[in-house]
Amino acid sequence: MSLLDVNHLDVRFALRNGDIQALRDVSFSLDRGERLGIVGESGAGKSVAAFSLLNLISKPGYIAGGSIRFDGQELIGQSERALRHIRGHRISMIFQDPMMTLNPVLSIGDQMVECLKAHRRISTHEARGIALHKLVQVQIPSPEARLDQYPHELSGGMRQRVIIAIALLLDPDIIIADEPTTALDVTIQAEIMALLLSLCEKHNVGLILITHDLGVVSQVTQRMLVMYAGRVIEEGPTREIINDPQHPYTQGLMNALPQMATPGSRLNQIPGSMPSLDNLPDGCAFHPRCHFAMRSDGQRRQACYEHVPGFVTSGNCRVACHMVSEMLGYERIPAEETTS
Amino acid sequence: MNATESLRHSDAHSPLLEVRGLEKHFSLSGDFLEQLRFDKGRLVRRQEYVHAINGVDLTIQRGEALCVVGESGCGKSTVARTVMGLLKPSAGEVRYDGERIDDLSTRSLLPYRRRMQMIFQNPYASLNPRMTIQETLEEPIRLHHPQWSRQAIRDKVHEVMISVGVAPDWGNRYGHEFSGGQRQRIAIARALAVDPEFIVADEPISALDVSIQAQVLNLLMEARQERHLTYLFITHDLAVVEHFGTRVAVMYLGRVCEIADTATLFAHPRHPYTKALMSAIPRLEDDRPQHIRLEGEVPTPVHLPSGCVFHGRCPHANERCRREIPSLITTDNGAQVACHAIEEDRIS
Repeated sequence: MSLLDVNHLDVRFALRNGDIQALRDVSFSLDRGERLGIVGESGAGKSVAAFSLLNLISKPGYIAGGSIRFDGQELIGQSERALRHIRGHRISMIFQDPMMTLNPVLSIGDQMVECLKAHRRISTHEARGIALHKLVQVQIPSPEARLDQYPHELSGGMRQRVIIAIALLLDPDIIIADEPTTALDVTIQAEIMALLLSLCEKHNVGLILITHDLGVVSQVTQRMLVMYAGRVIEEGPTREIINDPQHPYTQGLMNALPQMATPGSRLNQIPGSMPSLDNLPDGCAFHPRCHFAMRSDGQRRQACYEHVPGFVTSGNCRVACHMVSEMLGYERIPAEETTS
Repeated sequence: MNATESLRHSDAHSPLLEVRGLEKHFSLSGDFLEQLRFDKGRLVRRQEYVHAINGVDLTIQRGEALCVVGESGCGKSTVARTVMGLLKPSAGEVRYDGERIDDLSTRSLLPYRRRMQMIFQNPYASLNPRMTIQETLEEPIRLHHPQWSRQAIRDKVHEVMISVGVAPDWGNRYGHEFSGGQRQRIAIARALAVDPEFIVADEPISALDVSIQAQVLNLLMEARQERHLTYLFITHDLAVVEHFGTRVAVMYLGRVCEIADTATLFAHPRHPYTKALMSAIPRLEDDRPQHIRLEGEVPTPVHLPSGCVFHGRCPHANERCRREIPSLITTDNGAQVACHAIEEDRIS
């Protein structure tokens, strides 16, 4: 059994004029020490997926259904107290903006000690020792001096290293990193990603990396999910998806990258933009932008326009697309319909 | 307003834009009273500056798309804003079509403002929330062509809206009703509405989603071909540079460290910083080239290092680099590089 098993997760946001479904039928799993990338554009639901793992969705959001099993234990419906034992301790998070994550009025050392003492019964002296050890692991220059510095005294890259050290503080099983390098410069980003990768490998820590950057996913993760409008549309080994994407949306994303076209020529753009979650089209959410759906007719067209595609297996990947299932000669399986 | 008219007072071979020895410093110290400090019992006046750009030379020929790349804080946006006349340079000069424009008054700058337009990074901030799209697009035309009739203005707005792919009947909507990609299209339409010949685009696609970036980049390239535009394109994304630019200037801490044709730069990056920057791009390919690790981080532009600004992180730095500022030298393949090590043949 996997370390983390997410099945049919539904997350909704209760609004005055009805619920908005931010996640529909999201399933994935993570083995011990495995690195998983979640890719998608803004609004695809990738951050909601990660936040819901620790029930960190704030009101009006709520988990409407599904199950999240971590190490054999169901997390949905757990008390706040039980979840607090898991958060930071067994599953920790790294957020996008390092300045927002660190407490500006506590020194780096105090924040690390506070976190350790919340989870373990140890003396401040011992806790400082562990904190220092973690700062050494993230290769911060002069780590002793950093313990007594405040976040504003550090540069962006340095702060993100401190945050990685805090995430590793209690030797978690999984780190969830939500766009950890988006706020950083290219050269710093490369260093931070390399550091995160080597630490995860060395300590056998699982990583869930949320990003919109296909380059980062391809270099760091072993498996990836592609999300679109609240659903997983493709999942599989990163190399397979990057080398041979099956879903028209994933293909479109890859082909739209400037490095995929000859310099100066027209880029292969995906027309239109992602629909907002309160106004999803019927059938496959991608059909208004999908060139296969647009060109098809008859029964095929009806499938794309009216039925939500179910997953089909292609190689080691799962893909939710009527066209792919047809090309592979599958019977058309509609998804378990969850639309209200 | 056609191409022949805009070429009227110049021959096509002189550069469209020339920047010489440009410097821009921002004071950090506030006004006079805030600059006063007690130091060992004496009252002293102390001023500190952010040295955003320190001696930048650029030349842009007609029809070129010059990309300026660099990390945050390297001064690339300051270059764009100084060129546009939004900031007064501390030293140096900006020449547009042979005329010096950096010391002009607002009024005498107006004709140039029609010929050069700017597109900003954040389309959520650059559209006036209280104006409809029609009003937003009409405003620059009214300002620059006060003699035009209402119908002529409306026709022009209609034309630019179609050319950027925004449905003309959306004109009476407000900016907030549109997605980021649509807003950026409207911002581009606003820039194109007065038929400029030169566009300064400051990170025009970095705030947009991946699938939208390609759409906007295509739009900018179409506009370049159809309207014979010249671009100064500011970005941190090297993949975009390789695709869009005809020439590239790499900046570091307010200085240009390398300028070359795009193909030359990507085939043979010379400057150690350019090499490190290019090796840091996450690639899709399996076989990634070894990433060149730079020691430390970009120093603050408040206390500039002596000598070459890059020497603190450069693996090839020696005594001369710490002492003497390198100037741009032209190498055998036409690229211009500011590096002592290359000049002395210590590195290739």
